[in-house]
Amino acid sequence: MSTETDGSFVDGLEDIERKRLYGRLFVAVCFASTLVGVVALVALLADVLYESWGWVSWEFLTYPPSQAVENFLPGGRGAGIYPALVGSIFLIALTAVFTVFLGVGAAIYLEEYAAESRLKSFVEANIANLAGVPSIVYGLLGLAIFVRWFQLGASLIAGALTLTLLILPIVIVSSQEALRAVPDSQRQAAYGVGATKWQVIRDVVLPRALPGIMTGTILSLSRAIGETAPILMVGASTSLFVAPDGLTSPFSAMPMTIFEWATLPEAEFQHIAAAGIVVLLTILLLMNATAILIRNRYDPRS
Amino acid sequence: MSVDPGITAATSAVEDRKNDLVRYVFASCALVTVLTTAAIVLVLLEGAVAFFRFPDVTVLEYLRGTEWSPVIRPRSYGVLPLIWGTLVITVGSALVAIPVGTATAIYLSEYADPDVRKYLKPTLEVLAGIPTIVYGFFALSFITPIIQRLFPQTGTFNAAAGAIVVGVMIIPMVSSLSEDAMSAVPDSLRNAAYGLGATKVEVSTRVVLPAALSGIVASYILALSRAIGETMAVTLAVGMTPRITANPLESMQTMTAYMVQIGISDVSVGSIGYQSLFAVGLTLFAMTLAMNLISLWIRSRYREEYQ
Repeated sequence: MSTETDGSFVDGLEDIERKRLYGRLFVAVCFASTLVGVVALVALLADVLYESWGWVSWEFLTYPPSQAVENFLPGGRGAGIYPALVGSIFLIALTAVFTVFLGVGAAIYLEEYAAESRLKSFVEANIANLAGVPSIVYGLLGLAIFVRWFQLGASLIAGALTLTLLILPIVIVSSQEALRAVPDSQRQAAYGVGATKWQVIRDVVLPRALPGIMTGTILSLSRAIGETAPILMVGASTSLFVAPDGLTSPFSAMPMTIFEWATLPEAEFQHIAAAGIVVLLTILLLMNATAILIRNRYDPRS
Repeated sequence: MSVDPGITAATSAVEDRKNDLVRYVFASCALVTVLTTAAIVLVLLEGAVAFFRFPDVTVLEYLRGTEWSPVIRPRSYGVLPLIWGTLVITVGSALVAIPVGTATAIYLSEYADPDVRKYLKPTLEVLAGIPTIVYGFFALSFITPIIQRLFPQTGTFNAAAGAIVVGVMIIPMVSSLSEDAMSAVPDSLRNAAYGLGATKVEVSTRVVLPAALSGIVASYILALSRAIGETMAVTLAVGMTPRITANPLESMQTMTAYMVQIGISDVSVGSIGYQSLFAVGLTLFAMTLAMNLISLWIRSRYREEYQ
């Protein structure tokens, strides 16, 4: 504290009045700032809902996209987001398989096996840094390694592997936290009755950490499903009329299709893009709700 | 953490081998993260080197040139317009997110009722979970029309709308991380200041804020690093016109938006357009890596530890 402040602690009545006013003003400014974020969120959701009103229909969910606006309208031939919707679901399902295996495996190694050492802190610092790498750089990585080097082409599996590397750091960190929350006494008890290390992990640690691991993984996957830049670099298609039917088939995904629609000049496509966003946000909401449900159901702390 | 059971002699050789195998499987999972970093660096370096091997591309021109047009003739290879676009968005979003985020953190940490905070904090964090493509749409359909009403000369694509939506997007990074840092300041410091007759404002701004400063500054840098790497929102809102201009109502192009532009066009592998992706990607990666390391360093170097 500066000496200037010390002097001001001895005040007259006017000073106290002035300070009170200043205090109220300060709270008002801070509260207003808090509202900025809340208002922006409400405005964003309201804008999307308003723009999409009347454009989300059963046909929108079950038909392939079209260049002609009238096909999207009620009574039209039917057009929508179907191939991208299925593409996104396949993409996330594949990503989930890869990330659960790699992410939980790495977390188990770091928490249960690795001794406190320079190597361990290096690996952990590296994971923290990976979490800060822009997603489009992962796209370049996927393009060079999976699409070109492994010759997977612009395929579903190349997209899923790229998204896996993108969310791996977040899954590892949240899984580590879940493993750390398992009390050590439980491990000791299992060792005490003669269990091996692997048995302790498989039968004692993992079951207890599972809800935490699942919550973290679902939240990371909900980030992956909204990512556009990485799959764009990998070569996700903007105009695909069929859903992907195999690991190496070309694919589209909802964010890609929304991007395509948002860049089209016709004003109606703004509404169609908004309709696509409503579908994407609904799926995000469902994933987040599942994660929160799991947390509240199993978390002993809440 | 790890406890040697000390009963390995009793377990069978099969169990032993299984344990070793499991250990290697898990270790290789952790190894993937190290390989990822190595692969990112190698891929970017290799691609960038191939870019600079093209006859009329020089590193000097890349770093100092003020015209960027590697695909369309007349070609020029100065990356500064892209860096300028990125800088405008980053500084603009900081002007939004730093004051708003810091004031939000002060309110949540020092003033808000715990029950209110319990709902406000997750609500704000929803902002960080919304896909960035949605922010791009929001900029085009909501923010830009408002700016156009205020300044009729504003283009459909403009830097101001991009900076505003990116700013909103990173508010929760600033507010949540700063609030964590402020909440970690022990009450004894606050009470000591109250005991000296300080008002609540003085406690918040002259005791809590300085005590939590390392965490707060780290959150700023992390948020800015996120703004630099932000892609879809700025591609949609700011456009694809690489140029150096001080007018935020004009279209510009960020490094990330350029990469998207090449990504959706049909450039052939090995062409100069394809290779320029990696040079720009390397530049972007170097900038965000530097900022992440600085943030990490500030947090570890200047952290005040309280019991």
